Amino acid sequence: MMEKELPTLTLDYNTKKLIYSKIPSMSVSDTPWTLFLSWQALDFPGGKVAFTSEMNFIPESANERIPCYRVLDDNGEPFVSNNFVQVSKEVAVKMYSDMVTLQMMDTIFYEAQRQGRISFYLTTLGEEAINIASAAALSADDLVLPQYREPGVLLWRGFTLQDFANQCFGNKADSGKARQMPIHYVSKKLNYFAVSSPMATQLPQAAGVAYSLKMEGKNACVATYIGDGGTSEGDFHAALNFAAVLEAPVIFICRNNGWAISTPVEEQFRSDGIVVRGQAYGIRSIRVDGNDALAVFSAIHTAREMAISEQRPILVEALTYRVGHHSTSDDSSKYRPLNEIEYWKTERSPVNRFRKWVERNGWWSDKDESEHRSSIKKQLLQAIQIAEKTEKPPLGGLFSDVYDHLPSNLEEQEEKLRETIRRYPQDYPSDVPV
Amino acid sequence: MAASSMRRFGRLGCWVSRREFSTCDDKVVVQKSGKSMNLYSAINQALHIALESDPRAYVFGEDVGFGGVFRCTTGLADRFGKSRVFNTPLCEQVHLMGFILTWPHKQGIVGFGIGLAAMIVNEAAKFRYRSGNQFNCGGLTIRAPYGAVGHGGHYHSQSPEAFFCHVPGIKVIIPRSPQQAKGLLLSSIRDPNPVVFFEPKWLYRLAVEEVPEHDYMLPLSEAEVIREGSDITLVGWGAQLSIMEQACLEAEKEGISCELIDLKTLLPWDKETVEASVRKTGRLLISHEAPVTGGFGAEISASIVERCFLRLEAPVARVCGLDTPFPLVFEPFYMPTKNKILDAIKSTVNY
Ligand SMILES: Cc1ncc(C[n+]2csc(CCOP(=O)(O)OP(=O)(O)O)c2C)c(N)n1
Ligand SMILES: [Mg+2]
Repeated sequence: MMEKELPTLTLDYNTKKLIYSKIPSMSVSDTPWTLFLSWQALDFPGGKVAFTSEMNFIPESANERIPCYRVLDDNGEPFVSNNFVQVSKEVAVKMYSDMVTLQMMDTIFYEAQRQGRISFYLTTLGEEAINIASAAALSADDLVLPQYREPGVLLWRGFTLQDFANQCFGNKADSGKARQMPIHYVSKKLNYFAVSSPMATQLPQAAGVAYSLKMEGKNACVATYIGDGGTSEGDFHAALNFAAVLEAPVIFICRNNGWAISTPVEEQFRSDGIVVRGQAYGIRSIRVDGNDALAVFSAIHTAREMAISEQRPILVEALTYRVGHHSTSDDSSKYRPLNEIEYWKTERSPVNRFRKWVERNGWWSDKDESEHRSSIKKQLLQAIQIAEKTEKPPLGGLFSDVYDHLPSNLEEQEEKLRETIRRYPQDYPSDVPV
Repeated sequence: MAASSMRRFGRLGCWVSRREFSTCDDKVVVQKSGKSMNLYSAINQALHIALESDPRAYVFGEDVGFGGVFRCTTGLADRFGKSRVFNTPLCEQVHLMGFILTWPHKQGIVGFGIGLAAMIVNEAAKFRYRSGNQFNCGGLTIRAPYGAVGHGGHYHSQSPEAFFCHVPGIKVIIPRSPQQAKGLLLSSIRDPNPVVFFEPKWLYRLAVEEVPEHDYMLPLSEAEVIREGSDITLVGWGAQLSIMEQACLEAEKEGISCELIDLKTLLPWDKETVEASVRKTGRLLISHEAPVTGGFGAEISASIVERCFLRLEAPVARVCGLDTPFPLVFEPFYMPTKNKILDAIKSTVNY
């Protein structure tokens, strides 16, 4: 609107004439400098910029923090009806039961690591709503580039508890061929890219993948996840900028859980968190209560529609809390107060809040709860047992897939290794078939 | 179920414990008033001394404030304050930015070395050279965990020393034990050139030895003969030395006398010590965890062939990691084990 009212000044490089939108053109030499200054806008590459005589520095942050979109209050009651995308009974029940399943899987696998049965584990405790509700709002064709604390997306899409266990135990049934540390899941079938340990590398990739969806005219988007810590990496900024410039249909979902290992968000960034960065890159953004499954569902659902129909990136900052330790290599009691953890674990639990809502709708009962829990527990224990008994992948997997075909240096090394194994079988684990 | 998992764990545990570390004394560390401590405590002690002895020294990086993921920075923030020992946002490149370049002594980081590569390679390494020696990085030391640990997979067990050894302007140091780590780290911090200091992850907790309490430095770019012998020279660094030492002991039982050299500084490296040894033994074997192709062993081999061609009685042997990404369940197969080294010693001696 404002643009229309402003007179503009452009320089015609061929004729060396300045063209003022309101008056006939004149040559540079006979343009008084003062007149130039009095014009109200500059037609700068990228768009007109208004002049001002006031020297104002933009403040470092707004007076008010960006509010957080929420649907359910702490008691699981909707604030106002109809400010959210409706969820059917079927979807809601699956969302709730998957949140419980995820929580139970985390508890049991974590314990398995403590017992020395797997080498490493990392829980999603406290972030069940972001995991499951975002997955529920996406479609199965949408491609997911995860960080590492989003196994719920896979669970929602049908990765079985056995699949999870096989990966963590690194056996021959693992679809990633037992090459990565526990929790580095991958499933081409479920459109879930392989988890990679280095932070934020998934983001520029997500922008590129989204651009390819755009070029192929697919009715799908990319969803990529990142932690609060990960947003400090250069790759975060590169990815947002690329996605905006390429108008790529990608949803950047930031799980702001307050901590990056021992580093709190106050030592991670200034200003108002992640959501405000979107605008600087020209990306539409929203902040949601990450512990409110309905708010996450609605925001991602809407973000997805905009991303695909308008072909643009969207940034979603979900506020949540990492209730567990960073991983089994971490003891978070060394750097954060126990009552802070306890508060988020009990009073702000996303699982309890959502349960109240599904129960209030008459979709879930105590009986459903106990049946679901005992069935999942049984499945989990069985999955672990089977995964543990399943043998490791055969030795050839050490050399395959470095390239599409085995080059001669690897052929030679494999041959030599097999000879060494024959000579010193005691040096090698007996559960790897050679 | 529990019993079988314990057995499995037991086997793994046994494999782990066979990896020790090399305890051969360095002549420089004469005083033995030390306390028994592991590698991360020795690093911690060196950092305390560095901060104590130089008010312009800083320690910063991801999670260093509370003590670090590997406990190396425990107690430093309490003792020296949060302005000298501080967490950075999660971004490796930035650890080398403006601030540090203007200060004479500082040292970062705990993190992903490769993430830092552009800043190290293009900025830190060439800072002195490209400014006509008007600017330099002062005592910048970049600490990074390094190497195999038994369960790290691709990203947490790599040995990227060869990447950095191809960058003139930086020094690359890898210690073999707690005592060595302390003395070499102090030298690195006080060296006026940028240093990449790789700390073998395997040794953080496992390696325990007496470490003198006082402030001492061990020379950079000086290799050390840690075991004397006459039939073959073995060269290695870091955690791999203990594996090589075991192979030397086995070879001795079969009448082969091995000389073992800890290179310690890979760039710029001490060719003279290696050359003198090879002139004596006539044979050379190099071993490292990093993939054999393009590994630093290739550089050592080429240089020694240039210098000792006529003296060599067998081709230079390399027992190294395979040309694959660092594996997870296949880690024991990937590693340059004692028996792989032993076989190579024998075939080199019997060439
Ligand atoms: C490039 C890189 N640097 C450092 C690390 C070590 N690291 C692993 S997770 C992590 C913290 C990430 O925090 P955040 O992004 O907030 O995710 P959260 O763990 O809270 O889900 C760090 C520093 C890494 N994996 N990659
Ligand atoms: Mg976080």
